[in-house]
Amino acid sequence: MKVLVPVKRVVDYNVKVRVRSDGTGVETAGVKMSMNPFDEIAVEEAIRLKEKGVVSEIIAVSLGVAACAETIRTALAMGADRGILVETDAELQPLAVAKLLRALAEREQPRLMILGKQAIDDDMNATGQMLAALLGWSQGTFASKITIDGDTATVTREVDGGLETVALTMPAIITTDLRLNEPRYASLPNIMKARKKPIETVRPADLGVDPAPRLKTLRVVEPPKRQAGAKVASVAELVAKLRTEAKVI
Amino acid sequence: MTALVLLDHDAASVKQPARSAVAAALKLGVEVHVLIAGENAGAAAAAAAKLPGVARVILADGADYGHGLAEPLAALLVALAPDYTHLLAASTAAGKNVMPRVAALLDVQPISDIAEVIDADTFVRPIYAGNALATVHSSDGKKVITVRAASFDPVAAEGGAAAITTAPAVAAPGLSRYVSSELSRSERPELTAARVVISGGRGMQNGENFKLIEPIADMLGAAVGASRAAVDAGFVPNDYQVGQTGKIVAPELYVAIGISGAIQHLAGMKDSKVIVAINKDEEAPIFQVADYGLVADLFTALPELAAELERTRT
Ligand SMILES: Cc1cc2nc3c(=O)[nH]c(=O)nc-3n(C[C@H](O)[C@H](O)[C@H](O)COP(=O)(O)OP(=O)(O)OC[C@H]3O[C@@H](n4cnc5c(N)ncnc54)[C@H](O)[C@@H]3O)c2cc1C
Ligand SMILES: Nc1ncnc2c1ncn2[C@@H]1O[C@H](COP(=O)(O)O)[C@@H](O)[C@H]1O
Repeated sequence: MKVLVPVKRVVDYNVKVRVRSDGTGVETAGVKMSMNPFDEIAVEEAIRLKEKGVVSEIIAVSLGVAACAETIRTALAMGADRGILVETDAELQPLAVAKLLRALAEREQPRLMILGKQAIDDDMNATGQMLAALLGWSQGTFASKITIDGDTATVTREVDGGLETVALTMPAIITTDLRLNEPRYASLPNIMKARKKPIETVRPADLGVDPAPRLKTLRVVEPPKRQAGAKVASVAELVAKLRTEAKVI
Repeated sequence: MTALVLLDHDAASVKQPARSAVAAALKLGVEVHVLIAGENAGAAAAAAAKLPGVARVILADGADYGHGLAEPLAALLVALAPDYTHLLAASTAAGKNVMPRVAALLDVQPISDIAEVIDADTFVRPIYAGNALATVHSSDGKKVITVRAASFDPVAAEGGAAAITTAPAVAAPGLSRYVSSELSRSERPELTAARVVISGGRGMQNGENFKLIEPIADMLGAAVGASRAAVDAGFVPNDYQVGQTGKIVAPELYVAIGISGAIQHLAGMKDSKVIVAINKDEEAPIFQVADYGLVADLFTALPELAAELERTRT
């Protein structure tokens, strides 16, 4: 069974992002970029399924500027078999990403695609669900456990009240939550090996998709800053202030 | 123009985040209808009919909707969509699961997690863990929206008297099946609805120590939350997680205990009215957003806090 894993290049989660003073977006020049953390979890899960003999081939896909090839390289170093870069300088929103991924799925015929639940830059939490809709596939979002048995993927999902388990008819889309696994680090030999793994480059037009965004960003601003308050010296002072000053208890 | 809001419910009542989604829909300046989909959910529909501002309740009652599976629910919303300009739900696990699927079926780019309505086409939404606020304008014919409940005061639970109509039968795609759930039971208020939230972090050291929070939560009528580190370490269940990728809360009072204050955690609580931090490291970033900071070892501070609250009880 082939698995396709989309991996997004995002501003590293440790970076303190700064809003550009002209209000057009956040500063990305000279900022450390990494694979979206949820996508690392997706790659790891695909590798574990391959190690169990459930999966035969893992294809890592990234969509965006040429530098997204680095993100694919990271997935290859972790253990993915080959990569596809959908290269464009255009802004991609989840609807366009889902359409491009659908086109790739039609070409590659995977039985499973594992995505992150959320990209930590746009915080959309949408692409996996949209891709499932476009393909007419089942979806298991926010997965914390995955078992594949024949034509059924059993997925335990992190939901608001706790955990929920659903059985998906394959082919299926699964999106990862934080507790699914702990991604491995790529070893040096595997980083070397990954250099020889193939990455194919295609363009949105090759896939017959118009990626034009439907949402126009009018402006981006910093949220109002919270003022740090005061330190209190004791528990008694804390309780007194909460009762008489803040009046919240 | 008419909006349809998919409501989270527990078969008997409408959940508070859903009432916030209704409040957001009312800000669009359009007529607002709501949808209750579930199994034996008549009581929830009756409760929905009482929400002020709601003009109509649509009830879809049937086994296909009993567990909120995304595939049949999306098919239902798509069948209802021709009558609506806006389709909304709260950004709960359920709303986030189904609304993007609906959007794709309608060839629409969803607008996730809105924090403000500017007009019927323009919204503010947080990006980068709330470190930036983007104002976005949608060019789609229909808007498919999830609503950050913490950013909208919920409509009251009572006051309205809307008519209840029945949804048309829609064939379910039958792609997935509900197997089981493991819900964390608690007598406490829900995290996203509580007036007071007390969260513990890695500093709590283990699950047993969360018992130190309990008497305090009891006295304050608080919900208990946690940082990702505390959840990952297995101290508490996953649904306790507050943050960018967990629950977003904005209570009157948020108490962070043994939590350092990573941006991903702040993203889930920094709109709280009053923030208290208890941490033994005076340099912890959480103090930069705390109204009241106490530098102390939590293992002495928590019993003291319980005793002081008890002593000064009015
Ligand atoms: C993709 C992604 C998503 C994430 N999403 C979230 C999210 O939604 N929510 C979230 O919370 N995090 C999230 N994180 C994790 C986040 O980056 C931090 O790692 C996490 O919040 C740290 O949790 P913590 O503050 O409990 O632990 P730590 O950072 O280890 O802090 C523990 C604190 O406890 C204090 N302490 C220790 N012992 C005591 C004591 N005896 N008394 C008093 N204080 C004590 C220490 O001084 C320290 O400040 C995410 C990370 C990633 C990469
Ligand atoms: N440009 C992209 N390249 C590769 N994968 C993407 C891209 N955009 C979104 N994805 C995938 O979709 C998931 C959810 O993203 P989002 O819906 O934007 O929050 C990510 O975790 C990725 O798996």
